[in-house]
Amino acid sequence: MPKTKAIYNQDEIWELLSEVKDPEIPVLSIIELGIAREVTVEGDKVVVRITPTYSGCPAMNAIEQEIEKTLRINGIQNFEVNKDFSDTWTTDWMTDEAKLKLKEYGIAPPGKTDPDDDFLNSLDSSSKIVACPYCDSTNTELQSEFGSTACKAQHYCHDCDEPFEHFKCI
Amino acid sequence: MSTATKELTKQKALFEYLVRLADDRLILGHRLSEWCGHGPILEEDIALANIALDYIGHAANLYEYAVEIEDEGRHRDDLVYFRNDVEYKNLKLTELPKGDFGFTIARQFLFSAFSYYLYQLLSDVEDEQFAGIAQKHLKEVKYHLRHSREWVLRLGDGTEESHERIQEAFDDIWTYTGELFYQDEIDSLLTDEGLATDTSNFKSDWKKLVVDTLEEATLDVPDFDQFMVDGSRDGLHTEHLGHLLAEMQHLRRSYPDGDWQ
Repeated sequence: MPKTKAIYNQDEIWELLSEVKDPEIPVLSIIELGIAREVTVEGDKVVVRITPTYSGCPAMNAIEQEIEKTLRINGIQNFEVNKDFSDTWTTDWMTDEAKLKLKEYGIAPPGKTDPDDDFLNSLDSSSKIVACPYCDSTNTELQSEFGSTACKAQHYCHDCDEPFEHFKCI
Repeated sequence: MSTATKELTKQKALFEYLVRLADDRLILGHRLSEWCGHGPILEEDIALANIALDYIGHAANLYEYAVEIEDEGRHRDDLVYFRNDVEYKNLKLTELPKGDFGFTIARQFLFSAFSYYLYQLLSDVEDEQFAGIAQKHLKEVKYHLRHSREWVLRLGDGTEESHERIQEAFDDIWTYTGELFYQDEIDSLLTDEGLATDTSNFKSDWKKLVVDTLEEATLDVPDFDQFMVDGSRDGLHTEHLGHLLAEMQHLRRSYPDGDWQ
């Protein structure tokens, strides 16, 4: 049975949203990923503003549907989920805790983006050193900037001889 | 076209402009997706499929905004599945068959380099939503450009066969590159309104990146002043687009209200 409480406050909505996980990285919620940006509540109307991550990410549709489902099963009928491009999503919005969870999950977390990075001058080298999430070695090598999902690159660790994925920093 | 009798409004122009950009990305994304399961090595299979998904995602963002601007209650899928080839405005460059890996890489490089400069300027247009979309796409296009540029260098300066094949690819595709910089009254109206950019602003940057890369790859740079095809933005296409659309649209047109259960 759906819960019947009609009115929620903002904090309670955030609490509900913390239960919505990324289906491809189920240890992270959409809040930790920086996807849920804003919640407004006016009377019984709830508006959730989200920002898309990677354009090619099929998980975004699933996430939108999951938000709608979560609101609905908690008795919220009057809601909108708005996709907004005015702030461009960046991995810098990911919380430190989220990065730690990623590492524990076996994915090397993204570093900080560098606004002064001159892309054309660095065309040849995506030479950032990524530490292995398993053994912390920096003796690693980039194998491909494209991995099993839009957000990940493939690396290889020469110390523990394990391939691993890195959450790309954008 | 000077024959247009209907008055071109800012709203109509922005709709058309967004659809042109979206059509390029949808069609190229579809072409690129044909590599899925056929890449020369596993990493490339994954990379090309990833880039194809990015393009289709970019097209979706642009179509979605286009129908919002149009404000006639259409859905982005109406534009994708229920227009015929003459209503598509994508560049012929994007619809050509995928060819060999060299041809695909040559096209990816030329188009990614173009998109890279275009999105940089569109990132500053006077429309928050459109500028936001451009900024987002720009981040992803950087990955595409780095990927294809590295392959141009590797193939050009690789074996005798790889050199020959990528050279042939650039020679064959060259005549389709002039249209990248095509502009008409839609572009000029929007440029005046601060909603688009004059492509001549970055043509020399694009040329420089292309020439520098081809030279570094030990390739001959084809003649920029040779005959260039045109007409894509008026809906004139090669015979290849119809076949592509038939494959892409068949299911949706057969079952227009079908839904995944």
